[in-house]
Amino acid sequence: MNSELFIASLYIFTLAGFLGYVVISRVPPLLHTPLMSATNALSGITLVGSLVTAGSNEGTVSTVLGLIAVICATINVVGGFWITERMLKFFRRKDTPKQEKE
Amino acid sequence: MEHYFIEFCYLAASVLFVLGMKGLSHPDTARRGMKMAEVGMLLAIVGTLLQKQIVSYEWILLGVIIGSLIGGAIAHFVPMTALPQQTALSHAFGAFAASLVGIAEFHRHGAELTGLKMVAINFEVLLGSLTTTGSLVAAAKLQGIMPGTPMTFKGQNVFNFLLLFVAVGAFIYVLAVPGATLAFYIMLTIAFVFGLMLVLPIAAADMPVVMSLLNSYAGLAAAATGFAISNNVLIIAGTLNGFSGFMLSMLMCKAMNRSITNVLFGAFGSVTEASVVERTGEMRELNFEDVATQLAYARQVVFVPGYGMATAQAQHVLSELAEALENRGVTVKFAVHPVAGRMPGHMNVLLAEANVPYSQLYELEQINPDFPNTDVSVVIGANDVVNPDARDNPSSPIAGMPILEVDRSKAVVVLKRGKGKGFSGLENPLFFKENTGLLYGDAKSTISKLVQAVQQS
Repeated sequence: MNSELFIASLYIFTLAGFLGYVVISRVPPLLHTPLMSATNALSGITLVGSLVTAGSNEGTVSTVLGLIAVICATINVVGGFWITERMLKFFRRKDTPKQEKE
Repeated sequence: MEHYFIEFCYLAASVLFVLGMKGLSHPDTARRGMKMAEVGMLLAIVGTLLQKQIVSYEWILLGVIIGSLIGGAIAHFVPMTALPQQTALSHAFGAFAASLVGIAEFHRHGAELTGLKMVAINFEVLLGSLTTTGSLVAAAKLQGIMPGTPMTFKGQNVFNFLLLFVAVGAFIYVLAVPGATLAFYIMLTIAFVFGLMLVLPIAAADMPVVMSLLNSYAGLAAAATGFAISNNVLIIAGTLNGFSGFMLSMLMCKAMNRSITNVLFGAFGSVTEASVVERTGEMRELNFEDVATQLAYARQVVFVPGYGMATAQAQHVLSELAEALENRGVTVKFAVHPVAGRMPGHMNVLLAEANVPYSQLYELEQINPDFPNTDVSVVIGANDVVNPDARDNPSSPIAGMPILEVDRSKAVVVLKRGKGKGFSGLENPLFFKENTGLLYGDAKSTISKLVQAVQQS
């Protein structure tokens, strides 16, 4: 990694941090559990790295590690988003009709 | 051309992730936000699959299928009371993936990795590995596979310090000598052990802080992966996660009036002897008929749920009770303390699942001024968060912790399983107050009896 690329990455990291601070400080405590599972699903973005590792045919060790990484990251992404959606379905206003219990 | 398309996918994904998080600022927009984040994730995956480095797809397909089946099954079948365990487990999987990608990168390129790229891989592997084992311990503690009490041993501090020392040494050595395999794997092993050491001494009631912190580490591991493979979408998504987790852990600490070092390392120090003040006065035991009458003829009732409600699975009957009272014209509110439960916002989800509309869920700052206007406050399986000592007694171990001031309401009914003390082992003066009465027994059966009695009165 050359230094220019690193500095660009550092900019992105820092600005994403500020953006995160602004956006996430507006999430009410009511939704803190969905927030946690949603951001957890986002951290499954390591799937991107895992896919490259698993698919670039650079030896058995690399492919096996990549395969396991793909499985783990997919569990993280699918599980994280799915459960967040499941949770968010429960939150209803007072006037909306009740949903059936699951 | 293809390169631009891939980068466009990543950029769109990043924007969608931010919009998704923004959606979470209100329950009405949250689901749409999640849809956006999901589309973003899909775009990121599509973009990646188009990369030239990827030459074979069979392993990828297999991995994605297996992962989707396992992830989907867990998410679909896990009960809402087990959410904290599920989330901890999910952290472990994501962090382990980050760690594996780092290991594979080192295995492949070894000595070619130098300077900043190696620093990034080191961080990725360190954070990923310690989050993996830390989250597994957290999940085991929450599930009750491991005891929820702090586990410490003699010389733990020295041991941890030694670990840290060796890990830092290995970190520097790998940088100085490219391709130093042994040092790299020593560092990796220590990171796994360190994760265990970090969470073993944490008590189950402090889990909200640790959960948030592990959440943050998992995100930072992803961000470090982004630095290592120069991929911006990883940096952005990872950083959003990292900051969100960090902010949540700070909020949780504030809600307990403790510093993060105190939560993490509190169990190591000598446990401060609580200044036990002998309570005079009697605890008044109530019978449920009286409580039912009291509730049925109240103007305003506030329910204060704690983790005890979750363990008793009492949220559904509680919702029925609230509905029965509302049908009689009683104003019903729920007061949720930030650290009630085992992860941030845990009680809100359980109550929402039990059909309590979110407009009835109140935060600490909103509800405290309202307690003097409340005829009956009902505490269900909560203890420390309603302990007036935190406000009144500066020598109390929990002094300064913001509490729900139920003692200011006209009457308090405390539902307790037994006469034992709460988790912290502290005496709660609330129970001895004149306007407080206790109702012993399993919360679920007690509340269902109350529902019947209210409906008949």
